[in-house]
Amino acid sequence: MAIEKEEKRSLPPVGVWAPALALSWLVPGGGHLLLKRTGRGLLLMASISSMFVCGLMMRGAMFTPQSGDLLTTLINTGGFIGDLASGVLYLLTVWLGYSQPDVAGAVHDYGTKFLVTAGLLNILAMVDVFDIAVGRKD
Amino acid sequence: MPKMNLSHFEAAFLFSLFASVVLGVVTKRNDRERLHYGIYTFLCFFVALFGLGWLMYLGHG
Repeated sequence: MAIEKEEKRSLPPVGVWAPALALSWLVPGGGHLLLKRTGRGLLLMASISSMFVCGLMMRGAMFTPQSGDLLTTLINTGGFIGDLASGVLYLLTVWLGYSQPDVAGAVHDYGTKFLVTAGLLNILAMVDVFDIAVGRKD
Repeated sequence: MPKMNLSHFEAAFLFSLFASVVLGVVTKRNDRERLHYGIYTFLCFFVALFGLGWLMYLGHG
């Protein structure tokens, strides 16, 4: 009985779930597409990418990690992780020079939040992909 | 890159829409539950949006 529970808890080999997880980070919705969840993958791709592009078009700013007092470090490092979680969207934005400087204004501020939230939503999608890949979800 | 100028309401609407779709898709286990949860989340965003809006309006005096 105990052995059975232990077997159920153990994860499948890394090779089973890592490619889907990596693709899910790099391309929002890509992990679902790889695992043949086409409809859900396309919905995630459309939602997360649209949110990111809206954030860019609102001239939202990208976070860069900064040290200093605790609050500055938390906000900037957390924001950077959120931005980075968008995968190729973030990388292309930085490489192609679309990253905006931080400016005052409500719309720009909304844009910054859209960019970070797109990454955070992609983290949720990555968790879902992991659950599907290891068989915890159908 | 074209610039997008949105009002507070439009930005909050788009935010709610995209977040609700993702939360609905990743949370539940079948399509019916996903649709219901997505709509429920979207409505919750809007209740919070109008509730907090009125709270700030009334609190401002």
